[in-house]
Amino acid sequence: MDLTYGADYEAFRDEVREFLAAHWSREDARDSERISAFRQQATEAGYLYRNIPRRFGGSEQPTDVLRAQVIHEEFSSARAPVEIYGNGVRMLVPTLLECGAPWQQEQFIPPTVRGEVDWAQGYSEPGSGSDLASLRTRGELVGDEWVINGQKIWTSRAQECRYMFALVRTEPDAPKHQGISYLLLDLHQPGVTIRPLKQITGQSTFNEVFFDDVRTPADWIVGRRGEGWQVSRATLKHERTGIGNAETYLEQFAKLLKVAKSATRNGRPAIEDPIVQDRLAEIEGYLQAHRYSTFRQLSMSLAGRDPGPVTTMNKLVVTNLGHMIAALAQELIGDASLQLPVYKPGHRVGDERWMNQFFGSLGIAIAGGTSNIQRNIIGERGLGLPRDQTGSAS
Amino acid sequence: MNFDLTAEQTALQDSVGRLLRDQLDQVRLLEIFDSEDGHDARLWQALGELGALGLMIDEPHGGTGLQMLDAAVVAEVLGYHGAPGPYLGHVAASLAICWGASDAQKERWLPRMATGECLGTVALAESDDAWQPNEWQLAGSTALNGTKRNVLYPAQADVMVAGVAGGELMLVESPAETVEVTPLPCLDATRRIAHVAFHDTPAVPLGGSAGRLRDALLVLLAADAFGGARRCLDMAVDYALTREQFGQVIGAFQGLKHQLANVAADIEPARALYWYAAHAFDAVPDDAQRMAALAKAHVTERFLHAARECTQAHGGIAYTWEFPLHVWLKRAVFNRMYMGSTSLHRARVAALSGWAQAG
Repeated sequence: MDLTYGADYEAFRDEVREFLAAHWSREDARDSERISAFRQQATEAGYLYRNIPRRFGGSEQPTDVLRAQVIHEEFSSARAPVEIYGNGVRMLVPTLLECGAPWQQEQFIPPTVRGEVDWAQGYSEPGSGSDLASLRTRGELVGDEWVINGQKIWTSRAQECRYMFALVRTEPDAPKHQGISYLLLDLHQPGVTIRPLKQITGQSTFNEVFFDDVRTPADWIVGRRGEGWQVSRATLKHERTGIGNAETYLEQFAKLLKVAKSATRNGRPAIEDPIVQDRLAEIEGYLQAHRYSTFRQLSMSLAGRDPGPVTTMNKLVVTNLGHMIAALAQELIGDASLQLPVYKPGHRVGDERWMNQFFGSLGIAIAGGTSNIQRNIIGERGLGLPRDQTGSAS
Repeated sequence: MNFDLTAEQTALQDSVGRLLRDQLDQVRLLEIFDSEDGHDARLWQALGELGALGLMIDEPHGGTGLQMLDAAVVAEVLGYHGAPGPYLGHVAASLAICWGASDAQKERWLPRMATGECLGTVALAESDDAWQPNEWQLAGSTALNGTKRNVLYPAQADVMVAGVAGGELMLVESPAETVEVTPLPCLDATRRIAHVAFHDTPAVPLGGSAGRLRDALLVLLAADAFGGARRCLDMAVDYALTREQFGQVIGAFQGLKHQLANVAADIEPARALYWYAAHAFDAVPDDAQRMAALAKAHVTERFLHAARECTQAHGGIAYTWEFPLHVWLKRAVFNRMYMGSTSLHRARVAALSGWAQAG
């Protein structure tokens, strides 16, 4: 057992620290030009956009999970900007690298990496959630353009995005998985209507997007007609989410301990209460189990071995963990939680953050595959139980 | 970064697993469960021949000189197979002798404990769930007087380590003649326990830390619990794949599939928790006590939960004596209570973490 990263990686860590000391200070965080310049420098140094070729604005580094981890740790502790967070960098760019035409890669990847454009994800529809492949938004090739009609939903930050990558039914007579194409489209055109949805937190981060004869060029298709389902899945194998990540929950637990110290029970800090201690220790059991489980999965991946069924369980594990932490925090806040705003624009500190977390943990149980879909996946792929006839875990 | 078992540790698990598959099918397991003494001498001897009983005994004394993680991965396999017998107390007694006995005592006991020829046990608990060293009240510096509760296999033991007031350990070298044993009905008949009484029983002080002995047992219980939980799930999955109702195997029904998926997600990460607790015992002294307590509390709870869920998943068959799932259900209760309850160890985690301290 060796939980250290080893001398090579510690030397690399020193190098990253020196870079950060030379190029970033926390005062820079208010200066958007400075942030862009820093991202450029960090990319040139090989720390950001590591999987993206240099000709598209990336740093083109060999895959190295531990280096990526060291960079993540050091950038976090310096509070330095990391890669732009959005569906463009996270989802579209890897998809184009895997399946896109050369001209698509050249035209779309560089401005996305520079943060000049972002992309909305057009997948879910009102009638197609867990059963995504049943989607009904239609795309019809008329002359040299696709004409799109239909509706998408749960579209995050659609107002801020210039473009959308969307799954659209273009082959209505084909079986459901084979009738879908992966289309790119400009959201800034007539026929696109974006309507914000108000969430249970009071925030509006996602939207309904309506298409009424929306047009996109015939060659703005990634992969071939009818291959959209496979294209949308092609990038999943690159995602590290399979290994799981405990850091977010370690930080949340540390904050939960602070709440337990500041809240009171019978005039004493709540953390002295044996019941509170018991519940904290129960949560910490789950937390540390998950933490060392991620180390095990990482070690096995580094050694080129398959960690096994546990990778199908990580999402359900962290969903449960996030809920336990938020539920105890809410209880510790006490009856103040009856008056606290669940969301206050501009305020991410104070107890209302926990109210946001409490409701947000439900969002995690739904987004990206509901917990019940996760249970199908665990049961079928992890435990080898018979497949659901609907193929929901496919 | 290499948080994984070595090839040797995996091979060790495989060889113990093979032995138990050969010698301990479910019929034999229930026979031992229902037997007078809950101990299979042939199985014990075979474990000794495999080297599984002397893993942490140093090589000059006939062991393999390995560490807690090695003993723990074996405990996982024993838990998986529901192996009956005195492994826990035996390993703990051999550790106490390794740490604190004189050269002559080590020479006398360890080589024969490594083979299993001599059996060791530990006498720790006193009334009111007093498992922790600071709670012990048994008195004596050269002769012991008083009682200990819930001692593993004392009637068969050749050597006994007893915890005394002040959190010290004493060695009793002839328990058969000098300790009075009161057998008890045993819920988990794969681990037989009895109360023992000392009447001017000759004993000699051992060096070594009683707290560390406690931690060793906590890690072994957690490891055993993980193996047991995994077995319960495997049995339920097997059953779900063969039992048919409404014209199909019941594993196709989401109600059951989701129940088993929840159990899997509940227990699978616990593997790494017991590994780390064992590793901390071996190599991270500052974290060893806290992680042993955390792992014991967490993994034994997961085991009991898995055993209950999987019993329910089987339906009526698992409520019968002849279907052996109840062996693991009872083993889960043992693991949860032996060496102190979940709430006790969670309170220790809180204290050892310093949560309630200022700052």
